[in-house]
Amino acid sequence: MGSRSSHAALIPDVDHIRRETGFSQASLLRLYHRFQALDREEKGFLSRLDLQQIGALAVNPLGDRIIDSFFPNGSQRVDFAGFARVLAHFRPVDEDDATIRDPKQPEPLNSRMNKLRFAFQLYDLDRDGKISRNEMLQVLRLMVGVQVTDEQLESITDRTVQEADEDGDGAVSFMEFTKSLEKMNIEQKMSIRILK
Amino acid sequence: MAHISLQVCSKRLTGMGLEMLMTFSSWNWLLWLMVLAGSEASSYVNESSNSTAQQAPGAQFAASSSDPDERISVFELDYDYVQIPYEVTLWILLASLAKIGFHLYHKLPHLMPESCLLLIVGALVGSIIFGTHHKSPPVMDSSIYFLYLLPPIVLESGYFMPTRPFFENIGSILWWAGLGALINAFGIGLSLYFICQIKAFGLGDINLLQNLLFGSLISAVDPVAVLAVFEEARVNEQLYMMIFGEALLNDGISVVLYNILIAFTKMHKFEDIEPVDILAGCARFVIVGCGGVFFGIIFGFISAFITRFTQNISAIEPLIVFMFSYLSYLAAETLYLSGILAITACAVTMKKYVEENVSQTSYTTIKYFMKMLSSVSETLIFIFMGVSTIGKNHEWNWAFICFTLVFCQIWRAISVFTLFYVSNQFRTFPFSIKDQFIIFYSGVRGAGSFSLAFLLPLSLFPRKKLFVTATLVVTYFTVFFQGITIGPLVRYLDVRKTNKKESINEELHVRLMDHLKAGIEDVCGQWSHYQVRDKFKKFDHRYLRKILIRRNLPKSSIVSLYKKLEMKQAIEMVETGILTSAAFPAPYQPERIQGTKRLSPEDVESMRDILTRNMYQVRQRTLSYNKYSLKPQTSEKQAKEILIRRQNTLRESMRKGQSLPWGKPTGTKNFRYLSFPYSNPQSARREARAAELTDDDGIDPGFQPLMFSAHSRAGSLQERRQTQAMIPMKSLHRGEKALSFSYRSDTSWGEHAGWGRRDAIRPKPLFYAVDEEYESGEQTEEEITATRSRWRTEHRRSREHYKSHSPLLHIK
Repeated sequence: MGSRSSHAALIPDVDHIRRETGFSQASLLRLYHRFQALDREEKGFLSRLDLQQIGALAVNPLGDRIIDSFFPNGSQRVDFAGFARVLAHFRPVDEDDATIRDPKQPEPLNSRMNKLRFAFQLYDLDRDGKISRNEMLQVLRLMVGVQVTDEQLESITDRTVQEADEDGDGAVSFMEFTKSLEKMNIEQKMSIRILK
Repeated sequence: MAHISLQVCSKRLTGMGLEMLMTFSSWNWLLWLMVLAGSEASSYVNESSNSTAQQAPGAQFAASSSDPDERISVFELDYDYVQIPYEVTLWILLASLAKIGFHLYHKLPHLMPESCLLLIVGALVGSIIFGTHHKSPPVMDSSIYFLYLLPPIVLESGYFMPTRPFFENIGSILWWAGLGALINAFGIGLSLYFICQIKAFGLGDINLLQNLLFGSLISAVDPVAVLAVFEEARVNEQLYMMIFGEALLNDGISVVLYNILIAFTKMHKFEDIEPVDILAGCARFVIVGCGGVFFGIIFGFISAFITRFTQNISAIEPLIVFMFSYLSYLAAETLYLSGILAITACAVTMKKYVEENVSQTSYTTIKYFMKMLSSVSETLIFIFMGVSTIGKNHEWNWAFICFTLVFCQIWRAISVFTLFYVSNQFRTFPFSIKDQFIIFYSGVRGAGSFSLAFLLPLSLFPRKKLFVTATLVVTYFTVFFQGITIGPLVRYLDVRKTNKKESINEELHVRLMDHLKAGIEDVCGQWSHYQVRDKFKKFDHRYLRKILIRRNLPKSSIVSLYKKLEMKQAIEMVETGILTSAAFPAPYQPERIQGTKRLSPEDVESMRDILTRNMYQVRQRTLSYNKYSLKPQTSEKQAKEILIRRQNTLRESMRKGQSLPWGKPTGTKNFRYLSFPYSNPQSARREARAAELTDDDGIDPGFQPLMFSAHSRAGSLQERRQTQAMIPMKSLHRGEKALSFSYRSDTSWGEHAGWGRRDAIRPKPLFYAVDEEYESGEQTEEEITATRSRWRTEHRRSREHYKSHSPLLHIK
């Protein structure tokens, strides 16, 4: 793969990224190596194709959506900052963070709210802030085997939206989404140990 | 005559018994059947042995000569002739029937490890033999064990070892397995020696060496046996690897220690042992270990090299694999090196190259045969264990046995916690206390320690019976007590907190998050020590693979055969409706403003049920290894469905022109789904292999993007009726290859990875077919250069292939 120096100084904007994402120097370095490994042609950014090379994603039911989440706002390339930004959502929550955080600063990317927001956008493709019934149906379709008929799926979707929907608009807003998951240990579910 | 009728009777009984088994399919019936069959057989045997004992060996002739009529007897009997194979076969069959019964009742394999079952069967056979006073044939002695029974067991565990995590953790594994075995052996030995010094227990005649020897043999653990029990608990990959590594190396180290200590014991005068000897012993330990590994590697390479040339006689491929492994064992044993480590190293080395060279059927044969052999060996050892349990040759000494049990646990705990405490300082991801506790608790003894105890020479160990008894007690205790309780313990430690029913919302979202997490973990890949691995891979590519892997192109008949198989699968899938447009959401459905339907609780329940049963499983990152069976490919179906659906959605979205960077669809092309090999298929094949094995940490090399781009081109072609059926086949290609690359996926490694790689060889020409297409298509300049540069990076490692490649690129 060529001789790639492992010096942190090679990462562009490393301080800015570190502040924004909260990763340690070592983790950032490892992420950078991974970024470079994925970027086979050394373009300096990743395209969708690069991420699709990861075979395990191809057999993940949500593979496409996960890849799409790396490309916000319809862009076709993601640089290292964007890459790290997405992955920062999955940093394990450090208990110290909560106490010493400066309330004036924006919430860290791996807070519970931001994790939930990240998951929410997997559902909400049109970014209108609400999971419509149709979007829920699509997600369900992705996650369920082919034996489930469409009628069953529709009724499950109805039930799902109904359970969460409080204001009766037939869609699940972000607040409703958060509320339906208040008992879940999101911090643990959406944290990857190695990203400390 | 009576004997014959008895034999017929027992046969009919077995037949009837089997029928009953089918009807009732209950474990109890099986047990009774076994007992019946066993007792029939043994009583039959008993009677016959009693009767034949009175006759001379050449029974027939004697009978006829003593018979005054001098008739040729129509029915004769000579049981002695077949006694040993007959009984051995019967034992193995009994154990197999027991295993069938064991697995019929679904919950059992999760409750207790299969070793429990084997012990029970062994005890049963033993009690039958004891009860009928049948003199069991002395089938197990030192040479038979070490030459025939042990190698298959070790070969199997070496072969199915996942190499990548093993080598990544090799430091920790060596540290833990090596030092752990030593600490255990010497710790237990020394503690028992001090116990023996206490006059009250009557153990004064056991000297230090004997105690040390006992310590070394009792510390041989078999933790893999319990893996099946807590398989479904989320045990992380590192933990699995430690348990595996320990199982793998533990036997070898114990045997080496055992042999060295036996050599010491043979030095007749205990007082003559000087520090020089002890140093020599240590040196010998190291040399034996390393020498064994060295031999194994050499033999591994030789066998890989030979399999390169066997494409015309693929029937002997399994033979070569087994013979060379066995030869490495024997050669190492000749020089008093560690045969176990040799055969392990041979299996590990050989596996990578042999898997590529041999044909698909040979590969399956090798795997199954290996499992079968090791299973037979282990069964026999457990039966011997059972036979010697129920017998008269025991010596019971409360102190010795109880203290042995206690010390085994104590020393294992000490070794686990101290060694891991130290190694945690150097690890990037330390093991938690929970992990360490699981490792401690999985120290279940197996066949190894019993065999070593059984084979102690009586001349050097007058108290051998005591040792055997103690070993048996420890084995039974650990297997039953620890084996049965480890499941609940692990599940408890896992802290699964959801006892209450989750709402459908929660279930869905939780599953989504699990998938998301798995996906992001894949994006992150594995943190590992890149440099060493990269260097090895470079070396591997440049030199080893050129020598050891075949160069030939696949025959076109194979390719067309594969296509035929796929066609059948594709047809099947169409018929079962997977490929219809119902597979992905129909966006034409208008948004329904749903009324608030009150659903009854049963409806909700049934919905929840449907969801739970049908949602796709999250890809398991941990390896699932079952010592006693090869896992069925249930997850493939899931992966195939996902891939086909993705393909459909991709096609759909392309039709709508959404944001996927495939570029403008080409004009109508003759999509030649060709099967004849191209001008440089062999370079392509080597190419593919180079690509495929470039790196398996989740980044799929150029082969994958090539396939994807090929797919994309095909997808971007206008829909043609004839291509409709083609595309799913390609998705199947991709599916299999994707599975082969994601070695960590929830497949059984050996089988699936190999199978995936098998398929990787076939679609070569397919890719080239599309390549031609694409080349002659009107693609954007950017894409052409993009794809070409992608290929170029692929060729960076195989320059000459690039050169041979470019003519193809420039053909059109």
